[in-house]
Amino acid sequence: MSNYRIQGATGEWEVVIGLEVHAQVTSKAKLFSSASTEFGAEPNAQVSLIDAAMPGMLPVPNRECIRQAVRTGMAIEAQINKWSRFDRKNYFYADLPQGYQISQLYHPLVGEGALTIDADEKVGIPEDKVIRIERIHVEQDAGKLMHDQHPTMSYVDLNRTGVALMEIVSRPDMTSPAEAGAYVRKLRSILRYVGSCDGNMEEGSMRADVNVSVRKVGDTELGTRTETKNVNSVRFVMQAIEHEAQRQVDVIEDGGTIVQETRLFDPNTGTTRSMRSKEDAHDYRYFPDPDLLPLELDDAFLEDCRASLPELPDAKRARYTGELGLSDYNARELTAEVETFARFETLLAATAKGIGKPEKDVATQVANWSLSVAPGVIKALGDEADIAHATAERQASILDMQAKGEISGGQAKEIFEIVLKEGRDPAEIADTEGLKQVSDTGAIEEAIDTIIANNADKVEEYRGGKDKLFGFFVGQTMKAMQGKANPAVVNQLLKEKLG
Amino acid sequence: MSVTREEVAKIASLARINVDEKDLDHMVPEFNNILAWVEQLGEVDTSSVEPMTAVIEQKLRLRDDVVDADPLTGGGKRDAILANAPVAEHGFFGVPKVIE
Repeated sequence: MSNYRIQGATGEWEVVIGLEVHAQVTSKAKLFSSASTEFGAEPNAQVSLIDAAMPGMLPVPNRECIRQAVRTGMAIEAQINKWSRFDRKNYFYADLPQGYQISQLYHPLVGEGALTIDADEKVGIPEDKVIRIERIHVEQDAGKLMHDQHPTMSYVDLNRTGVALMEIVSRPDMTSPAEAGAYVRKLRSILRYVGSCDGNMEEGSMRADVNVSVRKVGDTELGTRTETKNVNSVRFVMQAIEHEAQRQVDVIEDGGTIVQETRLFDPNTGTTRSMRSKEDAHDYRYFPDPDLLPLELDDAFLEDCRASLPELPDAKRARYTGELGLSDYNARELTAEVETFARFETLLAATAKGIGKPEKDVATQVANWSLSVAPGVIKALGDEADIAHATAERQASILDMQAKGEISGGQAKEIFEIVLKEGRDPAEIADTEGLKQVSDTGAIEEAIDTIIANNADKVEEYRGGKDKLFGFFVGQTMKAMQGKANPAVVNQLLKEKLG
Repeated sequence: MSVTREEVAKIASLARINVDEKDLDHMVPEFNNILAWVEQLGEVDTSSVEPMTAVIEQKLRLRDDVVDADPLTGGGKRDAILANAPVAEHGFFGVPKVIE
């Protein structure tokens, strides 16, 4: 249970949050027409006669959009409805020339599911928490209006009109901005793993309607909620909740009442303002779309959807900590983004193969390299680094040499720097640039003998019990070897000789 | 079930249909006649009848995810799309400024 509270003049308030996330389905063509969905085209270049609602046009659903929504439903372990239906949601606005949005009110494709947000003590989520998802339905996106291009007109671009959306509706199970933020991040992660939405919030591929209400701590009745529309980043979702909850508390404590209404979030000020009073559901005059028969899915289709699901974030994280023996932190960082785990798994496979050990034996080394060493070098190089040079083979080769003790951690970084700048082969770099550590016991023994001879007094003290002096001998030996001696070999030889 | 004069006016306004005050007078009974007829249909017990979604036995057809598969239902026809627009500028439809 979150302990997020708002301190009011009359006591403590808690917040109840539900989110409706609109996620654009990854598909080449639109939901009911074959016009392209690609982002950034010339205005109205990707509009079919269907999208423009020309008379006599009939919508035909895109199988891929249905498939992606079903796979998403399966990823949140939701009930998949083999029988669903499209309804018309009537409203009059220039962004949708049909005069109605084809959506699913009465019989959605996906029913009740859930996802788990991960415990994060720092932000006030003491333990993993299940957030229930009420439904996912498929619907058409609307076009874009531009209001600032002409003094008296709005310009309409219908390229986005008819692109498939999944509306993912949570239950009001979140009780703090941090939980809502964690929910959006987890949902985005699942969508990107599944590949049903690119999760690009800046381009509007994912946006949230945020439902917020407040109540006195201990009350069981829900307060009246407001809905803040189209919030397009995790940070803004959290800001909108913070502001809206505080505003509601202020209104109620000043003797006012909360009106159920739609509000707009202003990212510049972090505040919300009233948009329009929410028409009661009746005003949309929903009814089954007579142009579309019910959507009936067979077992083969569902089986195909299930079989195509990848390993999902929670399972992957569990496997990383369990099978691979990674720390919780490393597992969490590596599994957060699709690109991160893909790079890690490629490098892990290449490294394990190169060294000839099972993946679990090299996983921690590869994880540390992927999360901290390599990014550090790349960051320090800035523009000089060409990431394209950092292939999995080259990085695996560096890790291989390091694992065999041929190069030190410092040398690994130096070699990686040269790889990033020049794209050369790491083994060749190690040879040509003299970036190898000496494991040859002869050379090291020679250096140690000289140091022992020159520091007879310190040798006496060490043998007399001053253990700390061991570090001094290591330092002297490394210095004599110009930093290129294998520390493990140095330690071992020193122990033998100092006795 | 029946509707009032105000409700008919509201439905007209939601549909953006301009209805004269005097037309409302005869529309209200028209609405109510239709509603009464539908109500009469409701008297039939259909609890054991599957809802019929199509007159002939057929299933919803799905389309493959191919861009511009059929030129008739694809994009890339901006000029045709904009041809009937009262105002089109710079490739956009122009509409009276609508801002909330």
